[in-house]
This record gives sequence, structure tokens and C-alpha cells, in this order.
Amino acid sequence: MRAGEITAASAGPEGDRVRSDLRVHYEPGPEPLALEIASKVDYLYGEAIEAAVRRVAAAFALKTGRLTVVEAGALEWVILARVETCLRRGGLDGPAVLPDPAPAAAEPRRRERLRRSRLYIPGNQPKLMISGGLYGADGIILDLEDSVPPAEKDGARILVRNALIALDWGGSERMVRVNQGAVGEEDLAAIAGHNPHTLLLPKVETAAQVGRAAEVLLGLAGDDAPFLMPILESPRGIQEAFAIAAADPSVVALTLGLEDLSAELGAPRTAEGTESFLARQTTVYAARAAGVQPIASVYSDIENEEGLAEYVQRERGLGFDGIGCIHPRQIPVVHREMTPTSSEVERAVRVVRAAREAEARGVGAVAVGSKMVDPPVVKQAFRTVDLAVAGGVLDANWDAEG
Amino acid sequence: MSVKLEKNAAGRMVPVEVNGRDSVPFQGVGGFRPDGRKAAPRIATCNDFPADGDKRVGTLREALEVAGLADGMVVSTHHHLRNGDAVGNMTFDAAADLGVKDLMWFPSASFPVHANQIRHLDAGVIHHIEGSMNGPLGAYCSAGKMRGLGVLRSHGGRWQAIQDGEVHVDVAVIAAPTADFFGNANGVNGPAACGLLGFALADSVYAEKVIVVTDNLVPFPCLPWQIQGNNVDLVVEVGSIGDPTQIVSGTTRITQSPDRRRIAELAARFCAAAGIMRDGFSFQAGAGGTTLAFAMYLAELMRAEGVTARFARGGSTQHMVEMLDEGLIEVILDGQTFDLDGVRSMRDDPRHQDTSPFTSYNFHGKGNFASMVDVAVLGATEVDLEFNGNVVTHSDGRMLHGIGGWQNCLAARCAMLLVPSFRDRIPVIVDEVTTLCGPGELIDVVVTERGIAVNPRRRDLLDAVAGSDLPIRPIADLKAELDRLCGVPAKPQRSDQPVAAVKWVDGTVIDTVWRVD
Repeated sequence: MRAGEITAASAGPEGDRVRSDLRVHYEPGPEPLALEIASKVDYLYGEAIEAAVRRVAAAFALKTGRLTVVEAGALEWVILARVETCLRRGGLDGPAVLPDPAPAAAEPRRRERLRRSRLYIPGNQPKLMISGGLYGADGIILDLEDSVPPAEKDGARILVRNALIALDWGGSERMVRVNQGAVGEEDLAAIAGHNPHTLLLPKVETAAQVGRAAEVLLGLAGDDAPFLMPILESPRGIQEAFAIAAADPSVVALTLGLEDLSAELGAPRTAEGTESFLARQTTVYAARAAGVQPIASVYSDIENEEGLAEYVQRERGLGFDGIGCIHPRQIPVVHREMTPTSSEVERAVRVVRAAREAEARGVGAVAVGSKMVDPPVVKQAFRTVDLAVAGGVLDANWDAEG
Repeated sequence: MSVKLEKNAAGRMVPVEVNGRDSVPFQGVGGFRPDGRKAAPRIATCNDFPADGDKRVGTLREALEVAGLADGMVVSTHHHLRNGDAVGNMTFDAAADLGVKDLMWFPSASFPVHANQIRHLDAGVIHHIEGSMNGPLGAYCSAGKMRGLGVLRSHGGRWQAIQDGEVHVDVAVIAAPTADFFGNANGVNGPAACGLLGFALADSVYAEKVIVVTDNLVPFPCLPWQIQGNNVDLVVEVGSIGDPTQIVSGTTRITQSPDRRRIAELAARFCAAAGIMRDGFSFQAGAGGTTLAFAMYLAELMRAEGVTARFARGGSTQHMVEMLDEGLIEVILDGQTFDLDGVRSMRDDPRHQDTSPFTSYNFHGKGNFASMVDVAVLGATEVDLEFNGNVVTHSDGRMLHGIGGWQNCLAARCAMLLVPSFRDRIPVIVDEVTTLCGPGELIDVVVTERGIAVNPRRRDLLDAVAGSDLPIRPIADLKAELDRLCGVPAKPQRSDQPVAAVKWVDGTVIDTVWRVD
């Protein structure tokens, strides 16, 4: 396509089984702009759908040609995204056309928070995004990387941008996994201004890659730049783990991707995980040394809840603070297994009480009975108490007077 | 066809005459009292029947002829064979062959496989259908192509209509997975086993002529018998009464949809938190995706609390049977079996009892089981801010499926609708239901993936769950969230041509289905 040439273009899935999405096709031509819209929900939203399509067309100063839309119950932010994608693919230029913001879209990011569970949702499947916020995951990751085919990266980017604005995330951390390299920088440009809390950077192998991303984000969003969570997916990445974790103050967590890592090792991924033991331990050590959270990889056998529970116990035992989830039904299992046991909670409560007493008395050292308790242990005790409250085994007001 | 309309107690405009019979507009819940005696067929005499008990004739066509099928008669069939049924189509093909016209088809329900009847409707063999119509038949009726008015009744309402003489069945054709030459029949044995024949029971007792059609004739006596041969005129053997793979499924899988599982889990937790789930309680759950998952989550909670249910009402599937086998349920009272495990259990386990719309649902009787159930979980297409429910049409007014036992089950102590808050942008919670099928005063709880709405009339339930961490929200709140998510929907245009009447459990007309092109 020559620069400036307008061509026919399409966006969105087609077929009878499409739900909550739409297919848009643009055919350039000399005649005044014609709109042909077929919708299953025409009788309820016909006018609203046409208005949304016209809004994007107007933003792109589109005056000629034919726009055909076959839609199947898509929400407005999805309609806006698919039409915008179609017109851009056709070589047209225009501003981002943004949906109305959801009430909680401006929820600020928090450095310190529970990251026990994070739910991956493919960035080009809006149907799966709609209820994502209902499952109580500590974080939701809209994925622009491995779950999106190369030909759909541009469309997914716009969908995810709109989702950041219009979707109800239900209190979960707003996370996006961007692509590597130049594609990733396009992702950053599209989403940085819409309050993503944390970005996952895939296949990181050097501290410089992290530094570069942080620099780009600083330029795009200044003080509001999102946090970063690099993903180590290769032996080289594991070797550079500490440098990567410490590469920039915006790094809040470090995680690893065992599928790709195992492939590069030349050893199959096993349930026992012997082949990845060093990688997982390294991730934990590097993260803790850098003062960031170590987060474990996903468990792919969705139907095997017992297997998942064992896996969570094992990763927790290594020191991981959280697990990746690929299906909502994994979330309650992860939360349950990440919840401290009653004896752990008892111990933690004693330490936290002692710490608070010590602070009240202006005393530096914390003692439980006759034993001194070091600062890292105190910090861990506070975390254990938070986990216990989040897991529902300790009342939020456990320390109230009387 | 011009139809006279009147406003009923629910404020809906309904026809006062349906297919040539006077009808009573809905009078409010419990507002109508029947008067008169039960209907009955003509007295028979053994003089007219073979002393050796062999009532067989060669073909269904012959049987219809001997039964005296004539123009304008009412012909009934049952739907225990679901989308695998062959007998419904055979019956009208044979009627067409005989040159008969203007029949009223009175199925207990119809399925897409019965699209066969569209050509008989077009040709005038069938004048109209009184019974649920989904798929192509529903579209046909919605488009106003049927000559008479459709009539939608619940399972209990169908029994009531036959019993009260509102519908007089001239010829009942009963597909039987197993039968003897006398006409005794059951549904638990045979290649096309479907579990039971409860939907055909009223037809066998009250119809003038009863024809049993089987592909599995056994020597007399056919045991067990749910249909009694003493009510049967003729027996026909055919190669096959239906496709077993479409009658019952091999296994019934619980839905994997995270949304549906969430709704089901919230509903089960509600029952536990409200104290409904306790030793000796009873529940009703069907075979639909969400209600099946409900039974699974309920079973987990029952196990954890050591609770046993005295009885469960089904739609039975392997999952309910597993609960019976495990001892979580003491008895299954079953209206329909959906899979092979359900059929096997009904055949072999005395604690798995077949029922009929008479015992489960008939409102014009001396009590029924539906009102004795502690909690019933149901679906819906729409529910409105007054908790009124719709189960027969889409929001565009197009007929979707029949009522089934839905209206009857609302009599349970706690009636819960388990619904997604919207389906493909179409809100399920609306200002006013498109078609009123169930009055709000009977609908106690609406469970969606976004929260649980409790009918304000049920202060007792609200108080009982107050301390729990369940997401209880006012229904108006849920609707406001949907207005933001989906956008406020336009009000669809409603035509003024009725195509079907919706009956309530007492035979009164609760709403009208209007033509949609």
C-alpha cells in the first residue's frame, strides 16, 4: 500500500458463532458514505449502534465509501474499537475515539498490594473481558502478546485501550501484557495514558530492556507512568534476574514464564518442576534482593484443582507471592492455598501486636515474649496478617480495642 | 382474525375468547376458583374390545382411521422423546394421508424436529397448535401465519385444561418405549427409553381415543406400567419411535462457563446462608446449564455441613442420581429424565420415583408437590423491577420456548431465578417484562453474576442473609449498572395482533404474545 492510499479493510471476527463482537468492513469509493448495519439487537440498540459507528467515521472525517457492519451484541466500547481498527487498516488517519469512562477507571495504582492471583484474558476477545472483574482476582491482565495472533495485534491494542477506559475491573489491578520491541512500543503509546496500573514485559533478558520501557513510559505518562513486571522466559533472562529486577524504581514484581523457558532448556516441563527449580528459586531470590514481589508462572491444567492446589503450595513454599491464572475457576483455589494456616496467623498476630506496642512505646526493638524479632520477620508478619484478612480467616478488626 | 381484548388483574391486555372458547382473564394469584366437575370420556364397554386383550393394528394410519379421526378434531402427543421424537411427525403425516383437515395439535411441548408440521399447517391439515413452540414453529406462529391462536400452558396447566374440560382430546397418540398388546406402557425400558411417560398420563385418562405406538412390544404384561392399557383403544408397532441419541444424552456435562458457575455458586451459598439448606429440606433443580451447576455446588455445601435432603424434584440427570446414590438426597421425585443414568436409576432404584403433572403441578387438585418444595431454581428470559418474570419470549416479543414447569415451580417456598444480567448486550433485568409469565409476588430471589436481588416482600430472607458476605443488591441497582454497561435499550415496537395466549396455572389468561414479523 502506498503512503496515503486508502484501501478496503476489515476488522473483527465473522461467522454465526460470534458473540459480543462485530465484523466491520470498509470499501472505499466515490459515492457519499453509506452505512449498512445488521445487528441481532437492532430492535433495542439499533440507533445507538449507528450513532457509535458514525462517531468514529466523523472523527476520521470519512465522507465516502461503504461501511458494512455485522454485529452480535457488542458493547459500545467494542464497536468503537473495531470500527477504528478497520479505518486505520484502510489507511485512514484520525484521533483515538474513546468510550465513556467507567466509574472506577481512574482508580489509582498502588505499589504495595496483594498480587496472589492474576487472571490472563486474551486482548482480542472482548466477550471474555466483560465479566473479568467479577471473579475477585487480585489482578487482571489484558494480553496483547502471546494470545493475540500477529495480524490482530493492532486491533487488540485498541480494544484493550478502550477496555482500560470503559470496563469495570472490580477492584482488580489493571494490568496489560505488552509485546516486545517496536510492536510493544506501539502498545505503550496507545495505552500509557489510560491508567494501566502495571505492565508485564515479556521475554526480558537485560536490564537495558526494562530501562528502555521505563524511559518511553516516562515520556508518555510522566509521574503517572505504570509499574512494570518483567517476565523471565529464557536461561539468559534467569541469569540476569537481579539486574532486571533492580533495573528501575518502577519495577514492582518479577515473574517467569515456564513454557518458553522449558522449551529453551531443552527439557520438557514436568509436574515436579525439577528442570525449572533453579529458575524459580532465582526469580524469588532476585526479586527479594531487589525489594520487589516474586510472582510464579501459570498452571495450565484448568480442570485439575488438586494439582493446582499442590502447585500453589509448592510455589508459596519457595517464597512466591502469587500465581498466574488462566481461568476464573482457578482464582478461589489460589486464594485458598495462599491463605496462611491458623498457626501461621497466630504467630503473625503476636508479632504484629508486639511491633505495634513497641512503636507506641517508642522502642526500636520488637520482642515477642523473651525473643527478639528482626525487622524482616516483622515485615513478613504484617504481610501474613494482610493475607489472612484477604483470605477471610482473620477479621479485619482483629486488633480493635475491647 | 380480530380478537376481543380485556385488561386483566396484572394490567395486561388479553383475549377473552381463545379458539372459539371463552376464557377468563387472570384474576391475581389465588384469585380464581374453579366451578363444576371434571371432564370425562364416554363410557366404554368391553363388548367393543378383544377379549384376548390384543388391540394391535397394522399401521398408525390404520389406527387413526379406526379411531375415527375427522376434520376439526384435537390430536395430542407428548414430548418425553424431546428432539428425538418421530411419532409426532408420523401422526400428522398419516393424518395428511387420510385427507383430514383443520386439526388442533395439542402437544405437551414441541421441538425443532417438529418443523415437519409447518407443511401441514400450510396445507391446512393442522389448524393451530396449543402447546409450546420453539424454533421454526415458534417463528411461524410469531409471524402470524397460524390460523388459530397459539396457547401456551405450563405442564400443570395442560393437565388442568384437560381435566377441567377446557381442552377435549379426541385422539391421543402416545409414543411408548415399551408396551404390550393391551396398551400398558412404560418409558424405562426399550431402545428409545426416555424414563417416564408422565406427560401422556392425562391424555390416556381423559382422551376419547388413545393410541399407543411402540418399537418395543413385550409379552403381556408390560411391567412396570405408567400408562394403563385399560385406557387404551389401539396399539401400533413401528420400526422406531425416535432417535435415542436425541432423546437422552450419554452424559450431562456441567457448564464450564465461568459466569454460569458463578451464578450457580452464589445461588447455592444463598440457600446455605438463608437457612434454606438444612437437614430434611427439599429442592428442585433442572437440567439446564446453570441449575445443574447449582446442584453441584449445593451438594458440596451439603457435604460440608452434613445435610441430607428429604427429596429433590427433577429433571434428573446423572448428577442428581449421584447425590441419591451418595445418600445426600433420600428420594428423587422425577418429572423428566435427561440422560441414561437418570433412566437407569428410575428403573432400578425404588427411591427414584416417577411423577406426572398431576402429582407435581396440577393446580386444580387437592394440593401438589411444587408448593411443598423449599427452594426451586429456574431460568428466565427477563425479569423486571417488580420481580415479574418472562420465560416465553425474547425482548423483541419473538417466541422462544414453552413454559414447561416454570409457572408451577413458582409455588415453592423460595423461588429463585438464576439468570445472567445480560445476554449479548440484551439486558435480562428490564423496566417491564415483554411477556408476563410469572407474577412478581411469587418470585423471591434473582441471582445474577453481578449480584443477588431479593424481593422486598421477603423481609425474612433479607434478614437471614444480612450477615453473610453475599453480594445482595437492590434490583434497581443491578438495572442501573446494566444501563451503564449495555446502554439504555429502546422500547421495542409492539404490534396489536395477538398470536398466542399465555395461561396461568389456573387456566386464566395472564398475558398475550403479539405478532412479530
